[in-house]
Amino acid sequence: MLREITIGQYYPVDSVLHRMDPRTKLFGTMVYIVSLFLADNVWCYLAAAVFLAAVIRLSHVPLSFMVRGLKAILFLLLISVSFNLFLTEGEELFRIWFLRVTREGVRMAGFMAVRLIFLVVGSSVMTLTTTPNQLTDGLEKSLGFLKKVRVPVHEMAMIMSIALRFIPILVEETDKIMKAQMARGADFESGGLVQKAKSMVPLLVPLFISAFRRATDLAMAMEARCYHGGEGRTRMKPLRYAGRDYAAYLTYAAYMGVMLALRTVF
Amino acid sequence: MAIKVEDLTYVYNAGTALEQKALDGVSFEIPDGQFVGLIGHTGSGKSTLIQHLNGLVKPTGGKIYYNGEDINGEGYSLRQLRSKVGLVFQYPEHQLFEVDVISDVCYGPRNLGLSEDEVRERAQAALRLVGMKEKYWDQSPFELSGGQKRRVAIAGVLAMNPEVLILDEPTAGLDPRGRDEILDQVRALHDARGMTIILVSHSMEDMARYAERLLVMNHGRKAFDGTPKEIFRHYRELEQMGLAAPQVTYVIHALRERGVELDEDITTVEEARDALLEALRTGRR
Ligand SMILES: Nc1ncnc2c1ncn2[C@@H]1O[C@H](COP(=O)(O)OP(=O)(O)O)[C@@H](O)[C@H]1O
Ligand SMILES: [Mg+2]
Repeated sequence: MLREITIGQYYPVDSVLHRMDPRTKLFGTMVYIVSLFLADNVWCYLAAAVFLAAVIRLSHVPLSFMVRGLKAILFLLLISVSFNLFLTEGEELFRIWFLRVTREGVRMAGFMAVRLIFLVVGSSVMTLTTTPNQLTDGLEKSLGFLKKVRVPVHEMAMIMSIALRFIPILVEETDKIMKAQMARGADFESGGLVQKAKSMVPLLVPLFISAFRRATDLAMAMEARCYHGGEGRTRMKPLRYAGRDYAAYLTYAAYMGVMLALRTVF
Repeated sequence: MAIKVEDLTYVYNAGTALEQKALDGVSFEIPDGQFVGLIGHTGSGKSTLIQHLNGLVKPTGGKIYYNGEDINGEGYSLRQLRSKVGLVFQYPEHQLFEVDVISDVCYGPRNLGLSEDEVRERAQAALRLVGMKEKYWDQSPFELSGGQKRRVAIAGVLAMNPEVLILDEPTAGLDPRGRDEILDQVRALHDARGMTIILVSHSMEDMARYAERLLVMNHGRKAFDGTPKEIFRHYRELEQMGLAAPQVTYVIHALRERGVELDEDITTVEEARDALLEALRTGRR
């Protein structure tokens, strides 16, 4: 029940995408997100769909895993779709009670839904094919220029990589604690809101204690190995672009070109 | 009759790249009142297996019966089952949450819907059973030592008055004294109340001393099932599985190879002492 969180959940198979440099994937995700916001007609979205489908195929990650992240935004999706559907001015198609549905509304809602879904699935491709560590390495390196203006890029990247690393651990821990309390007759499902909130206490207390303990242990372990921030730190596996990364950048350029062309032509 | 497991199979993360078969066609029966030891290398499926016995995990394949009823059958109350089959997890840190020891132990019986008086009574009885002195009852469970935390965790399950007590590596990380105390207490529960005990442990010495029967798991399958003496005869196969026989068994085997006449089924230090004294007295060499 807790394993539904895909964000930060690496899917360990071997594929071109998995081997790609994280910076390439980060940039690609950004390009893709920008392209989604540029898209303003059906053909653009079709191109975005084809691109996404091709990338998913390349990633060797089952589709069911890709769409799992959608569950988390289902509510958001419903709200934004209904707002667009009912609140857009324009030519009226039909009317349910006092709610007017317009042609423009349907169009907007449809695009909004597709855009959101592509956005989430698109970013899932990155998180499923990149370990959190690679991801933060990529971020740190890509944003390295900010160090010049005293932005603590390394520290932020470190915080992020630790946070990401801890998510699956804490999920697993939650699962164990839940089981231990269920063995003592706990019931996390039934009851009203107050009852449910109360029943979370036996789950949250051990979880917090464990999280704090892990944090102190980790801090100790880092100090014991003389961690002192990013200054002068070298990497065991420095990031280096390979042929597939250049090929990827070319693909991005081509994709963006197609997208802009479709946007102006139609 | 009490617990019957039939062809139990379990797969973690079925249908994904993380798929992992944890149990593979396991079958056995545990009669009421037996003291069963469960051994196997790390990752052999012991924890997964015992979580099936009180319905925390649903089998991928196979069936589990408690007193003849299918526990995953329609309409079977898992909450009731959990009060009868008590499961103590490996880490007490996973269950302790209350401000003081006694409230924490009250959690289980309160979930059974008992009256407040009865809840307290049961909690106190359980704490006495595990040998927690009264002066600790109002302390925070987080300030206790590892062994005491373990006891409180066990008491938390015992307070539900289970018929079966399952303990997942209750002695891991304890010093020898704490370990012996906990296990002696478990044995006392078994002897005095006729409670069925299933004990997961990595210590062959403990198994030889306490268990009436051993189940050996290997890569998700049941490898052996028998009395400790029968099982430890297979010490070479056990070694192949990353396990071993009790140390003293090796000494006995070495002595037998040198011609000392000893029973090959000696598995505890006490037995070895008696047998060696006997051998010395009769002067046979
Ligand atoms: N929550 C889980 N998710 C995925 N795999 C698991 C999980 N728990 C255990 N496993 C896997 O199942 C197998 C059996 O584990 P477990 O029952 O914990 O063994 P044991 O208790 O004998 O050490 C191991 O290979 C382990 O990696
Ligand atoms: Mg285990």
